Amino acid sequence: MSNKKYDIIIVGGGVSGCAVAWKLSRYNLNVLLLEKEPDLASGTTKANTAIIHAGYNADPNKLKGRLNVKGNVEIKQIAKDLSIPFKEIGSLVVGVKGDDLSILDELLEKGKKNKVEGLKIVDKEWLRENEPHLTKDAEAALWAPTAGITTPWEFALAMAENAVANGVEIELETEVLDVLTEDGNVVGVKTNRGNFGANYVINAAGLYADDVARMVGIEKIEIRPRKGEYYIYDKAKDFDVNHVIFPIPTPISKGIVVTRTIENNLLIGPTSDPIDDKTDLSTTPEGLEKVYNGAKKLFPDLTLKDTIRVFAGLRAADKTEDFVIEAADNVHGFINVAGIQSPGLSSATAIADMTLDILEDEGLKLEEKKNVIEKREEPVRFYEMSNEERAKMVEKDKKYGKIICRCETVSYKEILDAIHGPIGARTVNAVKRRTRAGAGRCQGGFCGPRVLEILSEELGIDPTEVKQEETNSQIIEYKIKELLGSKVMDNA
Amino acid sequence: MLKLKKDVVVIGGGPAGLAAAVKVFDNGVEDVMILERDFELGGILPQCIHNGFGLHHFKEELTGPEYAQRFIDDVEDRDIEVKLDTMVLDVSPDRKVYAMNREDGFLEIEAGAVILAMGCRERTAGAIGIPGTRPAGVLTAGTAQRYTNIEGLLPGKEVVILGSGDIGLIMARRMRLEGADVKAVCEILPYTGGLTRNVVQCLQDYDIPLLLNHTVTRIEGNERLEAVEISEVDENLKPIPGTEERIEADTLLLSVGLIPENELSKKADVVLDDRTGGAIVNEGRETNVEGIFACGNVLHVHDLVDWVTQEAEIAGDWAAKYVKGDMRRSDSKIKINAGKNVSYVIPQNIELEDKDRKRIPLYMRVTTPLTACEIKLSADGEELYSFNEPFAKPGEMLSVPLAQKTLNDLGKIEEITVDIIEKEGE
Ligand SMILES: Cc1cc2nc3c(=O)[nH]c(=O)nc-3n(C[C@H](O)[C@H](O)[C@H](O)COP(=O)(O)OP(=O)(O)OC[C@H]3O[C@@H](n4cnc5c(N)ncnc54)[C@H](O)[C@@H]3O)c2cc1C
Ligand SMILES: Cc1cc2nc3c(=O)[nH]c(=O)nc-3n(C[C@H](O)[C@H](O)[C@H](O)COP(=O)(O)OP(=O)(O)OC[C@H]3O[C@@H](n4cnc5c(N)ncnc54)[C@H](O)[C@@H]3O)c2cc1C
Repeated sequence: MSNKKYDIIIVGGGVSGCAVAWKLSRYNLNVLLLEKEPDLASGTTKANTAIIHAGYNADPNKLKGRLNVKGNVEIKQIAKDLSIPFKEIGSLVVGVKGDDLSILDELLEKGKKNKVEGLKIVDKEWLRENEPHLTKDAEAALWAPTAGITTPWEFALAMAENAVANGVEIELETEVLDVLTEDGNVVGVKTNRGNFGANYVINAAGLYADDVARMVGIEKIEIRPRKGEYYIYDKAKDFDVNHVIFPIPTPISKGIVVTRTIENNLLIGPTSDPIDDKTDLSTTPEGLEKVYNGAKKLFPDLTLKDTIRVFAGLRAADKTEDFVIEAADNVHGFINVAGIQSPGLSSATAIADMTLDILEDEGLKLEEKKNVIEKREEPVRFYEMSNEERAKMVEKDKKYGKIICRCETVSYKEILDAIHGPIGARTVNAVKRRTRAGAGRCQGGFCGPRVLEILSEELGIDPTEVKQEETNSQIIEYKIKELLGSKVMDNA
Repeated sequence: MLKLKKDVVVIGGGPAGLAAAVKVFDNGVEDVMILERDFELGGILPQCIHNGFGLHHFKEELTGPEYAQRFIDDVEDRDIEVKLDTMVLDVSPDRKVYAMNREDGFLEIEAGAVILAMGCRERTAGAIGIPGTRPAGVLTAGTAQRYTNIEGLLPGKEVVILGSGDIGLIMARRMRLEGADVKAVCEILPYTGGLTRNVVQCLQDYDIPLLLNHTVTRIEGNERLEAVEISEVDENLKPIPGTEERIEADTLLLSVGLIPENELSKKADVVLDDRTGGAIVNEGRETNVEGIFACGNVLHVHDLVDWVTQEAEIAGDWAAKYVKGDMRRSDSKIKINAGKNVSYVIPQNIELEDKDRKRIPLYMRVTTPLTACEIKLSADGEELYSFNEPFAKPGEMLSVPLAQKTLNDLGKIEEITVDIIEKEGE
């Protein structure tokens, strides 16, 4: 354990923890972020619909409603400063024949209360023109031009990288096991890698926020996970969609969405099913059927032939069905950023602002740093470049000349940069999140062995130690002949 | 940017690309270049260290690396130019090839003719959407083969294999020989996808259970694979409730189909056939885009490398003719149709003039297993002749000759249809 005493320790490196770290990095403070997994953004932040919601759907009387719009407005500048992929493609809530279309008007009203700009009800003709593959039964829609899409893990990582550039420290594979208090004050945390001292602890532990809250005796937070399942499609597919498209919402869910991702894959989902087990990220035949049937209602021509992956994410819903962002009243220095379900991504930076306000209320002095590094350099994204641009890059550095991922055109140099970057990738999925290697149609069939080899070379570890994602997710268990060797010994 | 001009550019240095390049050269077109993205030539063959290659072409049994080496030697003997570690990124319809490597940087090559020989890729777990989790330890059989045979790494020791394609069968044996416990090979269909000889030599000889009409219905394990649930399926391939069985395993290998790798072809406006996933070609293996040819697994997935070689030689011959200006199209195009029980026929069109040739081989696959059957050719509805086959399986390619003399005698016709009919009472 280090003897260093931090001002603040953030528990959890999802988009919430990263946003708080980023905002705090502007001040003269010693900040440490602890994440139990080998990479940031590998919890709920990696498995969601990636929408920056406009903010018309959330209850204006809840934090969700207030923070969503603020986050939506803010991200547009942040995306530029930190080179976060963001596209303001707008969203549509589509009413079809037989739906109660008055719900669209209700949403419009709610949106106005939440101060969402540009909302408009559009008709059949508008839809036909702007979303040609939408079902012929579509009658009308609420159009929210300020909604957008992002790459959620890159959003979180970009904030974290800039935070690191401005002095925040990050420890991975470090799980907070207990929060240490003395005389009613937070003094630090106990982890699997020793104790770390701090005056403030921020609980941004996502699905486990209730467990972490319990470490200081807070019982009222209760995370009730709700599963969302998805299909993701190849870039080459039957048709494109131009907006984020929702059906008319139900009281508990926004329904099955059909959207495109930043890289122009099609994404359909999520379901919304309460479950008991926080580790249950399995997809189910029933769930996937719901997804497909839901999407087909909006897009009857949709087939499953170009899907490349299924996945599931868990909403960390608190029993209050709202964000719980507040200081503990039983111990000083402990702040919950819990229950961050949807629209948590959209609200992330506003959640962080609110957290900083609470910290100030709790006595933390926020003194602005001089010489803050404002920008994050845009990572080289070979797959987005023209052939001429690629030619120039290779002239600069020959390591760009070797392509490792064939589907997404990722070069050797990009993989090296990901491994040696500000928050270096240590796992195959961490490389994938930073570069897209393995995210394409062959799902790492081609580049998997190559990325594994590069990771093993660059990190100086044995190939059998390279992980896919979590601490015990080794891809390769043995060397050849190893099992035969052990057999001979067994017989001896 | 390095700009070059070549008579023929071959994309892919697997058995298809190698044989095609050699053929081009032997036809007197010596300005031919092979571009290969891997660090060595041979395509998929260097990882196929088992034997069974070349029985038809060389009349002897070779391993994959040995088979490949014969063609690599041919390429070297002729000093054919090869660029390794070179990824082709783009091909334009006017035959400009864009590629990249560490030595030359970015390359633009203007080609007289292009031969597409990029092979295929494997269908993945994501594409078939198996329910359950997504842990480490689930990989395609070909990737596992590369780990084992090229990198010397063994994915795991308790193995279930889904799909009975050849790679799955070969890997079942390979993992067993490495001391792994191969618990089952599950195949959703009532018959195997691979060659009969592989079923015998890879499964039966090692007592590895083959479960037909079975599929994996769930994947368990959060970090590394812990178990799979398998179920029997009904005639509609739907899992039958109550038949679930849980098998502990740390590794699931998938051998659930190969997909021709045609992303580049599409960039060059090559039109693909839905049935093969490869280009629509004429008997010279020329695609709809003039001067762009295709052969090997990029054209359609082959069962045996020997057929790949045959096909590549055809493509090489015609690409050379094209470059020399010796390729002439007849005024009429004959369409070759896949008829009853036939999933596809290659080539899809006949349109080149070649009065000297004796026959045109037609390659095909059946849609379903048949015993004692007849392959019937007919022209514009009139039966021409038929061939007997003792049996036919979707996993094994069939080939029949279409005689040039027949074509000459027929005169102008529109289409030829191939039907495969099961003979009654046998
Ligand atoms: C199906 C689905 C769809 C969604 N769609 C959208 C959407 O379109 N738009 C939107 O705005 N929002 C959406 N959301 C919500 C959004 O994804 C989440 O609100 C957001 O990602 C939550 O981020 P987080 O940082 O709070 O939690 P997480 O990303 O889960 O991060 C928490 C981190 O804490 C770590 N941790 C936990 N316990 C400990 C410990 N003891 N010690 C150290 N580390 C620990 C975890 O490993 C994890 O990395 C969706 C959510 C789901 C599930
Ligand atoms: C795992 C496996 C096991 C097999 N076992 C047998 C067997 O036992 N017996 C038998 O007879 N046949 C077997 N076969 C079949 C036979 O090996 C294949 O049909 C044959 O290798 C196909 O040859 P190809 O040249 O078309 O493709 P490949 O061998 O796949 O070669 C294609 C080449 O193109 C390169 N390439 C692709 N895209 C690009 C690009 N953009 N730029 C540059 N280069 C590119 C690839 O790197 C590769 O080297 C097997 C096939 C596989 C996949």
